[in-house]
Amino acid sequence: MPQRIFHWLAAFALAFCTMQVSAQGLTLDIVNGNASAIPIVTVPFAYQGSSTPPETDIGDIVRADLNRCGQFRSLAKDQVVEFPARGSDIKFPTWRLLKQDYIVVGRVLDAGAGEVRVEAELYTVGDQKPLLTNLAISGQRSAMRGIAHQVADAVYEKITGVRGAFFTRIAYVTAKGSGNNMAYNLMIADSDGYGPQTVVSSRQPLMSPAWSPDGRRLAYVSFERGNSAIYVQDIATGAREVVSANKGINGAPAFSPDGGRLALALSHGVNPDIYVLDLGSRKLTQITRHFAIDTEPTWSPDGSSIVFTSDRSGKPQLYEVSAAGGDGNRITFSGEYNAKPSVSYDGKKIAMSQGSGNVYHIAVLDRASGTATTISTGSFDESPSFAPNASMILYAATEGSRDVLYSVSADGRVRQRLVLADGDVRSPAWSPYRQRGQ
Amino acid sequence: MKLPVRFLLTTVVATAALAACSSNKPKPPPPPVEQTTTTTQGSGNGRYTVESLDTDACLRQRVIYFDLDKTDIHSEFQAAIACHAAYLRQFPGARVTLEGNCDERGTREYNLGLGERRGNSVQGALGGAGASTGQLNVVSYGEERPVCREHGESCWQKNRRVEIVYTAKQ
Repeated sequence: MPQRIFHWLAAFALAFCTMQVSAQGLTLDIVNGNASAIPIVTVPFAYQGSSTPPETDIGDIVRADLNRCGQFRSLAKDQVVEFPARGSDIKFPTWRLLKQDYIVVGRVLDAGAGEVRVEAELYTVGDQKPLLTNLAISGQRSAMRGIAHQVADAVYEKITGVRGAFFTRIAYVTAKGSGNNMAYNLMIADSDGYGPQTVVSSRQPLMSPAWSPDGRRLAYVSFERGNSAIYVQDIATGAREVVSANKGINGAPAFSPDGGRLALALSHGVNPDIYVLDLGSRKLTQITRHFAIDTEPTWSPDGSSIVFTSDRSGKPQLYEVSAAGGDGNRITFSGEYNAKPSVSYDGKKIAMSQGSGNVYHIAVLDRASGTATTISTGSFDESPSFAPNASMILYAATEGSRDVLYSVSADGRVRQRLVLADGDVRSPAWSPYRQRGQ
Repeated sequence: MKLPVRFLLTTVVATAALAACSSNKPKPPPPPVEQTTTTTQGSGNGRYTVESLDTDACLRQRVIYFDLDKTDIHSEFQAAIACHAAYLRQFPGARVTLEGNCDERGTREYNLGLGERRGNSVQGALGGAGASTGQLNVVSYGEERPVCREHGESCWQKNRRVEIVYTAKQ
């Protein structure tokens, strides 16, 4: 590209306060930037083993992870001017000159049996303080992206004091085709969209995946029996069972925090109410009883209450009810349409789909102040799902005639579009924290 | 740095598409009916045959359309309701599934509820006109099965519908 045009485009990008980085189908938009984001440099991780260098660059993944959470500003790879692989090799004045607050260095070694060992260190640039010096994670070369996410998690936690959520997964539904020739797939992938795997396929609609708290099972809605039914499936083995196939709607499953129960919306052919199904005894308890549509139940972190959507006031709004049952209290009062709640791990925030006229945005309700902040810019944004540390929110959007997914930092400033498949991608659900080897 | 151009183009195209959509004057969806017979049925007087489902203009009307967020049945569809109820009375073994559908606005699970309300509304109308409850089954697909994928009222009104699907004809 001629330099002049490049400059012109660059100026344009700045004018719109939008920057985009593309990598293998992933696009990162930095919307309005974030002046308070912490500058951090991640030096490429050198391979110091004796076989073929791995294709995966740990540094690239750590850099991208830290960028998309919104709290950090990674120094671009092409501005990394020196390549220390150990703390003892770092020339701190260089990075001070580049106005970096933190530096991550590391290396990849052979670990035997074809495995690699990734070692990483984290220092403050200002006072050269070691924050992480002995982080070492081993694994197969095929697992290197996961290792990189764990390095990013360790860096994130050391600096922010909050556990990182990059080494997590997302579940979502894809839909391809038209008319009677549809193909639906329930998928899982890494939190950055890499490594997609099919969990279940159907020619009938699939909806509303929900993770079990241990991250091993998914509950979802499938129409393969001719009506909505709720399945619970073990991700590793593929074994699954129907847990609810009543007359009418069987929808909106949500695992309780202890994993033993499932909140659902059942209509029995009349109108949906919230129920709780004990997965062990199969005992069904009705939680709400109202002629309105009650649906989209979500548990509070301690399992004591359930937040759900109801149109009992005319339009959908969010309500909270004791997990033992009751009428529920309305908790959203601004916006004509508030639905599909996702509660943050600490219960302090609720992300929701907020509608006005024909426009739907993602908004985050602060429980203490009662104020809702809009964090998305599309016209048909819905289905928000908090990361387990609430640093980011995944949601579904519509672009042209396609449904796509975005992840956005909790402050709405950094947004990443996840290009996961041809066709439509929808109903995202962020997994809980992941155990190693899972 | 290719984004700005693509971003702008996308915006321009999207805006144009939206403008095109919204400038279309809303009009009722074309009834999927061809006048292939001159007889007017619907009195339940036993003059239907199983073939009538394919040949009778009134019985061939199998889609009921709805207003936004509404579940009441327009007067223009009352004739179709009466015909199907008459057919169901005449053939007690006949079974229909009433598939409730919504447009894309709103959340997917909430729209499942809305689709069921529409299905129940048609079920109630057919029942009121003499069909027996055991012949009627409601399935809501919410917004999962649109027949039209554009973002605008001209398309949305085609998606807010209940489809009458015969699963047994006699």
